[in-house]
Amino acid sequence: MDLNLVPLLPEIFLAISAMGLLLVGANFGNESTKVISWYAALAAFVAIMITLNVPSDEEAVLNGLFKLDLFASVMKIIILIGVIASISLSVRYLIQQGIARFEYPILILLSAVGMMVMVSANNMLSLYVGLELQSLALYVLAAFNRNSLKSSEAGIKYFILGALSSGFLLFGISLIYGFTGTIDFEVIQNTLMATETIGFGVTFGLVFILAGLAFKVSAVPFHMWTPDVYQGAPTCVTAFFAMVPKIAAMGLLMRLLFEPFGIMADQWGQIVYFLAVASMIVGAFAAIAQDNIKRLLAYSSIGNMGYVLIGIVAGNEVGASAVMLYLFIYMIMTAGVFAVVLCMRRNDHVLENISDLSGLSRHNPALAYGMAILMFSMAGIPPFAGFFGKLAIFNAAVEAELYVLAVVGVLTSVIGAYYYLRIIKVMFFDEPVDAYDSGFPLARKIVLTLSVLFIVGFIIKPGVVLNAMQAAASSLFVG
Amino acid sequence: MIEFSLLSIMTFLPLAGCLIILMIRGDEETVGKNAKYMALYTSLFTLAFAVYMVIRFEPLDDGFQFVEHSGWLKTFGINYHMGVDGISVLFVLLATFLTPICILSAWSSIKTRVKEFMIAFLVLESFMIGTFCALDTILFYTFFEGVLIPMFLIIGVWGGKRRVYASYKFFLYTLLGSVLMLVAILTLYAQVGSTDIPTLMANPVSPEIQKWLWIAFFASFAVKMPMWPVHTWLPDAHVEAPTAGSVILAGVLLKMGGYGFLRFSLPLFPDATAFFTDFVYWLSVIAIIYTSLVALVQTDMKKLIAYSSVAHMGYVTLGIFTATVVGVEGAVYQMLSHGLISGALFLCVGVVYDRLHTREIARYGGVVKNMPKYATVFMIFMLGSVGLPGTSGFVGEFLVLLAAFKVNTTIAFLAASGLVLGAAYMLVLYRKVVFGPTEHSDAASMQDLNPREFWLLAPLVVLVIYFGVFPSAITSITSPAIEKLVSNYNAHLAASAEAVDTPLQPLENEGH
Repeated sequence: MDLNLVPLLPEIFLAISAMGLLLVGANFGNESTKVISWYAALAAFVAIMITLNVPSDEEAVLNGLFKLDLFASVMKIIILIGVIASISLSVRYLIQQGIARFEYPILILLSAVGMMVMVSANNMLSLYVGLELQSLALYVLAAFNRNSLKSSEAGIKYFILGALSSGFLLFGISLIYGFTGTIDFEVIQNTLMATETIGFGVTFGLVFILAGLAFKVSAVPFHMWTPDVYQGAPTCVTAFFAMVPKIAAMGLLMRLLFEPFGIMADQWGQIVYFLAVASMIVGAFAAIAQDNIKRLLAYSSIGNMGYVLIGIVAGNEVGASAVMLYLFIYMIMTAGVFAVVLCMRRNDHVLENISDLSGLSRHNPALAYGMAILMFSMAGIPPFAGFFGKLAIFNAAVEAELYVLAVVGVLTSVIGAYYYLRIIKVMFFDEPVDAYDSGFPLARKIVLTLSVLFIVGFIIKPGVVLNAMQAAASSLFVG
Repeated sequence: MIEFSLLSIMTFLPLAGCLIILMIRGDEETVGKNAKYMALYTSLFTLAFAVYMVIRFEPLDDGFQFVEHSGWLKTFGINYHMGVDGISVLFVLLATFLTPICILSAWSSIKTRVKEFMIAFLVLESFMIGTFCALDTILFYTFFEGVLIPMFLIIGVWGGKRRVYASYKFFLYTLLGSVLMLVAILTLYAQVGSTDIPTLMANPVSPEIQKWLWIAFFASFAVKMPMWPVHTWLPDAHVEAPTAGSVILAGVLLKMGGYGFLRFSLPLFPDATAFFTDFVYWLSVIAIIYTSLVALVQTDMKKLIAYSSVAHMGYVTLGIFTATVVGVEGAVYQMLSHGLISGALFLCVGVVYDRLHTREIARYGGVVKNMPKYATVFMIFMLGSVGLPGTSGFVGEFLVLLAAFKVNTTIAFLAASGLVLGAAYMLVLYRKVVFGPTEHSDAASMQDLNPREFWLLAPLVVLVIYFGVFPSAITSITSPAIEKLVSNYNAHLAASAEAVDTPLQPLENEGH
C-alpha cells in the first residue's frame, strides 16, 4: 500500500479551502459573499502555486487511481486560471442581480476539485467521481438564480440531460469492466494490447463512454442543452460554463482515448471524426440565426469544440498539444468576451441581445475595441492568438492526413467569421443607442485587459505557451 | 545596426506610430488634428526608410537582401524570416509611397473618428510592408490575412451607404480564398518539413500534390487579384470605401495577389503552373474583355475604375503565366504602374466627390471650364490607364502583349482588343465628366484643385510620366530577380520532363 498524497496536494488544499469557506459563510451569511469570493480566488491561486511545485510523475498513486503527470499539471493550471477569472467576473454581477449567496464561490471551487480529479483520473472510478463532483456543482450553479424561471429551467434541463449522460457513461464503464475485467486505465491498456482482436463488447462500451463525454463537451449531436443552459443561467455562470468545464472534459477525453484506448484509435477515430465535423457545421450555421449573445456564444463554443476534436482525431502528440493550446487560448478569449457581456446593462437591466451592443464604439471605445479584437481572434484572423490556435489544430489535421477535416474546419471558420463580424458590425457600424450603466468593476476591467493583452501579445513570444503545451502533450504519449 | 533590421523597422514603425496616436488625449478636434499629423509623419518616416532601402538595394544581386532571421514559433520550427528581392522591393516602396498620399487625401474628407482612421491606416501599412517582406509562409499568411482587419473597418466605418454589405463581402470573399491557402501551406509543411520560402523553393513537391496546392494558392490570390469570376467583391468594396481606402485597395492590396503568384505559384509549383497555364490565360482574357465591356456601361465613376482595375489585372496574370522574362517583367511593371495610376484615378474621383458628393457620371460635365488644373491632371492619368506611350501604363501592357504573342497568338490577339475597349471607356468617362455641356450649375461652379490636392497628385504625375519614359528605372531593379525566377522555373520543368522518362523516385520527406 502506498499512501503518497503529495500529488493530490492541490486538490486536498482546494477541497479544505472550500470546506473552510463554507463554515465562514455559514457563520456570517450572505453578506460575506464578496470576501469569500476573493478568498476562493486566492485559494485557486495558491492551488496553482502548489501544482507548479508538486513534481509531476508518470507513476500513478493511490493504487493507480490518480496520476499527476505533466499533462495533468498543465491542464490543472489552465482550469484554475479559468476559475480565478470566472470568480473575478462574478462578484459584482451577483450583487447587482441580488443573488449574491456565499455558496457560489464554494460551488465553483468544488467543481474545480472535480475537474482536477478528472484530468488526473487513471481509473474509471476516479473518472466517474471527479466527473460527478464537478457536474453536481454545475447543476446547482445553472439554477443559481432560483427566482428566475429561466435559470431554474436551465438547471433542470442540465441536470436531467447530465444524469442521462452519466448513465450512458456508467453503462459504458460497466461494459468495459465486463469485457476487460478491470477499471484501471493501465491494465485496460495492457489487456487491450494483449488481445489480438478487440471484442465487440469493448467497442460498445467505448461508444457509450464517448456518448457520455460528448455530452459534457457539448459535441453535436449531444449539444442540445448548451444554448438553453447558456441562455438561462446567470451570465456569470454562463461565463464559467463556457470557460472551464469543457477543458476538464476534453482533458479527460484525451487521457481516456490516448492512454487506455490508444490502441482502438481506428474505432474511436471514426466517432470523434463525426462529432468534430457535425459540431463545426452546426456551430457555424446555427449561430448565424441567433439574436441573443449568450446563445450565439453557446453555438460558437459548440463549433470551437469541433475544432478541438480535430486535434483528438489526429491522435498524436502534435494533435494533443494543439488541443491544449486551442483550449487555453479559447478560454482566455472567452474570459474577455464575457467580461464585456457582463458589462451590458442599462437602467439596472441585464441586456442580452446582440443589437444592444449598437454603437458601443461611441460610448465606450475601450470596451468596443477589446471586444473587436477578441472577435477577430475568435474568427481566427491573424495576428491574434486565436489564429495560432487554429493553425496548430489544422496543422495537426494536415499532418495526420485528415484533409477533409482541415478543409471543413477552414470553411466553417469562414462561416464563423460571419457572425463574429456581425458583433463588430453592430458595435462599430450601427447607430449608437443609450450608453450602458457606468462604473464597471475593476476586476472585470483587469480580466478584459489581461485577456486582450494576451491575445494581441501572443504573437510576440508564442514559445512560452507552446513549449509548455508540447511538453505536456508528450507526457501523454510516454507509456 | 540599421542594416541589420531595416525591414523590421519599416514594418513596425507604423505600429509604433499607432501606439503614440493612441496616447493622444484631449477633445475630439485636437486629437484628430494631432493624429493626422502623427500618422503623416510616421508614414513619411517609413517612406524615408523605404527610399533608403531601395538606394541600398543591390540590383545585380538576384537573391534576397536585408535578410533577417530569428526564432519565432520554435516548436514548429517556424522562423521570423524577412527579406526582399528585386520583385518585392518596389512593392514595399509602392506601399510606403501611397500611404502618406492616402493620409493626406483623407485630411479633410474624413471628419468622424479621425484618430481611429489614422490608426487603421498605419496598421494597414505595417501589414502591407510585412506581406511583401515575409520570407516564411506562415509569417506571410499572418500579414496577408491581417490586412483584412483594418480594411474591413475602413470600408465599414467610413464607407458609403452600402458599406456594411461591401465590407462583409470584401472580408468573407478574401477570407474564403485565404483559408484554403492556409491548408495548402500546412500541407507543404507536412511534406517538406519547413515553412521557409527559400527552403520550399529548393525542395519542390511531387507534381500530383503540386496541382492541389496550386489550386489552393490560386483560390487565395485569384480572389485578391481579383480575377474573373471572383472579382465581384471589388466593385462593391471600391464604391463604398472612402477615397483613401479605394486608393490603397487598388494601389497595393490587389498587387498582393500578383505578388503571391510570383512568390509562390511559379517557384513552388512549376509543374502545376505549366499544367494550368491555359486555364489562367483564358480567365485573364475573359477578365480583360468582359470587365472592359462592363466598365463601358457604368454610370458610377468609381465602379468604372474598379472594373478597369480587374481588366488591368488580367494583363498581369497573363504576363505572369507566360512564364517568360518579358512577360513577368511586363506584369510587374503593370502592377507598379497600375498602383500609381489607379490610385491617382481614385484620388481624382475623390477630388470631385468631396465637392459634389456624388459619383454619378451624369451629374458632372463641363468641369474643364472651372477646373483646368484638375482636367489636365485627370487627363494624364486617364491616358496612363489607356496605356498611351510615354506613360507608365504603356510599358507594362506592351511587354505583356509581346510575351503573350510569342506563346499564344489567339490569346494575345484577344488581350490586345482589350486595349481598344480600355481606351473607349476611359475616353468616354473623361469626355462626360470633363468636357461636354455644363448641365448642372453646381458641377460647373466647383473650385479647382487646392494646394493640398495639387501636391498630392503632383508626385504621381511625375512618376507616371517618368516611368513611361525611363522604364529601365524599374526594370534594372526587377530584371535579375525575374530572370532567376524564370530560369529556375524552366530548369525545373526540364528536369521534370526528364524525370518522366526515368523511373519515379520515392518522395523524400525531410524533417520527419
